[in-house]
Amino acid sequence: MNAPFFKYGLFGDNVSLIVAFVIGIGFGFFLERAGFGSAKKLTAQFYLKDLSVFKVMFSAILTAMIGLFYLSWLGLVDLSLVYVSPTYIIPQTVGGLLLGAGFVVGGYCPGTSCVAVSTGKLDAVVFLTGIVAGILVFGEVFPWISTFYNSTPMGQITLPQLLNIPYGMVVFCVVLMAIGGFAGATWVEKKFSATKGA
Amino acid sequence: MDAKVMMAGGAAGSERTPQPYWNPYPAGIGLGLVLLAAFVVMGRGLGASGAFSSLVAAATEAVAPAHARENPFYAEYLGDGTKNPLMDWLVFEVVGVFVGGFISGILAGRVRKAIERGPAISGATRLLLAFFGGGIMGFGAKLARGCTSGQALTGGAVLGVGSWAAMMAIFGGAYALAYFVRRQWQ
Repeated sequence: MNAPFFKYGLFGDNVSLIVAFVIGIGFGFFLERAGFGSAKKLTAQFYLKDLSVFKVMFSAILTAMIGLFYLSWLGLVDLSLVYVSPTYIIPQTVGGLLLGAGFVVGGYCPGTSCVAVSTGKLDAVVFLTGIVAGILVFGEVFPWISTFYNSTPMGQITLPQLLNIPYGMVVFCVVLMAIGGFAGATWVEKKFSATKGA
Repeated sequence: MDAKVMMAGGAAGSERTPQPYWNPYPAGIGLGLVLLAAFVVMGRGLGASGAFSSLVAAATEAVAPAHARENPFYAEYLGDGTKNPLMDWLVFEVVGVFVGGFISGILAGRVRKAIERGPAISGATRLLLAFFGGGIMGFGAKLARGCTSGQALTGGAVLGVGSWAAMMAIFGGAYALAYFVRRQWQ
């Protein structure tokens, strides 16, 4: 097996768009199954009553991370052909803070708001309109903020490279941290729904 | 586009009680397998905000072509002009997300017209906050070079440094502000 298939030229751009559509269906399906078409369910994460956002996100990260690790270890996937987003540490941290603020104020994130629109949520339609407006504002002010946007570049760097720790060891540590996080999350959920009501 | 289907779904949904959501772990593993499939088949992960950037860039080009092409942010999404910016991987993926969400919702009896909010605020206030929150998120997603899907989920799984920083910041920003908007939800 030579993977990623697309990078080895097994199919072209047109087929890749069909693949995108099919993968998107899977993505949307599981987001909705998890309850992420509901702003109340999503934001309960930030009031510690329902930590599904953390649990779903980290079980997904673990699944894909471990899968990718073993497939590359077996020589089935060429990891150097899997895209890693380049790091610009300060603008990305500031952007992350804004994403978090927008999440708790607006009730969704971009992906989950699509699923909420599909299941009839009017607030998600308005939220998505807001996203488009926010991107337009970003585009219009881009000439003035591009210096900041491109500041503190670190390249396509991963945690194993940054910390100089073997890839497998970082994977193992993330798994341990996540399992600890899952246990902690369940404990927190019980504590907060008991003291403050559901 | 599918307003008629959605209304029919709403009617069907109100006839029966919605099914409970899945336990977060199987839902997360399912999501993880979709992400893994994207890595193996395409060599890239999932995303959402990028599709809307293509949309904004295409719309800006339609309204003000010169203005769009001389702006490096739009220009990146518009490419060299040889192909339609909407014939894009993330655009097709996001169309799939709408469809997949609808399939799951209709099968579970969860498609119905609603405004999600806590009991303490009006629908109009909620919609205002939804627009405002969406705006902050659209801006933030571009600054972070991706949103919860592209950075936190996808970048998290490939252990990208900036992605993990963005992920921590997302949780940090949301928890820091949660107290001030609690009446919207609780």
